[in-house]
Parts: sequence; structure tokens; C-alpha cells
Amino acid sequence: MSEEQGKYQPLTYFQMMEVSLRELLVEKGIVTEAEVSAEVEAMRERTPERGARVVAHAWIDAAYKRRLLADGSKACEELGLEVGALKLVVVENTPEVHNAIVCTLCSCYPRMLLGIPPDWYKSRNYRSRMVREPRKVLSEFGLEMQEHIQIRVHDSTADMRYMVLPMRPAGTDGWSEERLATLVTRDAMIGVALPRTA
Amino acid sequence: MEAKFKVGERVKVMQAFPLGHVRTPYYIRGCTGEVERVCGSFPNPEELAQMRDGLPAIPLYRVRFRQAEVWPDYRGAAKDVVEIEIYQHWLEKA
Repeated sequence: MSEEQGKYQPLTYFQMMEVSLRELLVEKGIVTEAEVSAEVEAMRERTPERGARVVAHAWIDAAYKRRLLADGSKACEELGLEVGALKLVVVENTPEVHNAIVCTLCSCYPRMLLGIPPDWYKSRNYRSRMVREPRKVLSEFGLEMQEHIQIRVHDSTADMRYMVLPMRPAGTDGWSEERLATLVTRDAMIGVALPRTA
Repeated sequence: MEAKFKVGERVKVMQAFPLGHVRTPYYIRGCTGEVERVCGSFPNPEELAQMRDGLPAIPLYRVRFRQAEVWPDYRGAAKDVVEIEIYQHWLEKA
């Protein structure tokens, strides 16, 4: 911890609001401290490995991939993944189409599959520019998109949540599902990177 | 509430500026696009934000817009698109 971080800092407005609300809910018997802690733990346990499992399964099973693209939530439940009330829309990368996800209004993110979003996903910079100049933003992530590829940006504004299904890397024929999943990164499922190469 | 628009239909986003919690981004208001899919019906978030039930649920659409039409100075490829979820009460037939 740096010296600056170790110093006492007053609570920000929103931290104060969170503490006040939480204490009130506990005081009124609506939730318990233990329930709050359990929910925080559950949130921490959801990691991008969940999404990677879904992607790898779609790579080896064409029928599953069709079901996943038709109804993302239902296809996740098939794998025993709880997705909650929000609907999952899975968008597929092809040699002609590259998809990327953003939430310009706030920071909607497929937490059920990717866990806690990275800070940059919530930044004003990413949120405003991804929709305005996606090719430039992708190049800043190290992804140069050729002119003939269509860029599809998905602005997550309402009740859907999105995940990108990247293309299966070449040279992975005969790989097991578990091994394929190790190639699938969080950023590849947001659409700002490609999967690791074999 | 019945869905008024079908997949492939051209729709225009209303150019309106109501106060409150609105899930239609400013940059897309007044733009014309094509319905990519009908997502089902959901409680109106503008009402939910006011602690009301948001019912009847409103049809929600994914609408595909050509980037070149959204941003006149867009510098990417002509075929680039942005897809956005928009509630029916924000759309009219184009």
C-alpha cells in the first residue's frame, strides 16, 4: 500500500450513502450483516471462467452454439449457470463481423458470466468513445480491425446483457473443452481482444 | 402490450427530452434504424425509477443503426453499426 492510500481519507458521498443505507436496512431487520457479506462473497466468486466455459462448449458443440445464439440465458442454464432475471444475448464473431460491448448510460455488464467489470469498462472514456470511434478504441487495446470487417457495437441500455462469442483459434483441433476454455479471456468476451492463440 | 414493430422494420427514435431516468441515450434520439429483434416486454424503467410498478410491461426492441448515419463525421467503415435496446414508446414508424 502506498503512503497516500494508507492515510485516513474521508468517505465520499456515495460511500457514505452505501453505509447509511446498509445500516438502516440492518436496523430495520430487512437484511442481516451476514447476508450482505454472503452476497459480496457470491459476487467475488463469479469470474470470467464461467463465460469461458460457455464459449468453449459452443466451440465444440454446433447444436449448443445455435441454442446459445437463439437464447443465451436458457443455454447457460443448460450448463448449470444461474443467469438471473436479465436476459443474455450472445453475439457471434465471424470473419466478416466483430462485436464489442459497451454500456454508454452506466456500466451494465454480464456479471453472471464475467464477474465484476474492469474499471476501464466503467470509465467515461471507454463508454463515450466505444460507440463513437470503436475502431480507434479497439486499436488502443491492440486490435487493428481491417476495413472489410463490420464492427458491431452493442450498447447495453436496458434489460439485455451481452457476451461476445469469439472465433475459435486455429490449431486447436481435437482440443478438450477444458483446454479450449483456457484460451478464452474476459476481454475477448467483451470484444476488445481476441482469444489467446494456440 | 402488443409489439407494434417487426424484425426488419424501419423505426425512428423520438426526439424527446423528458426529465427523469430514461434509458434511451441522447446520441440516438432522432435517428432511424432497423429492428434487429424483439426482446419481449419489460416494466417501464422510467416508471420503476419513480417507485411505481412500470406496468403494463412495454415491448423492447434491439434496433440496428448505421454508424455513418448516427455520427456524420464517423471515420470507420460504411457498414459499421451500433445496436441499442429501445422501448416501444420511444419508437415510431420511419
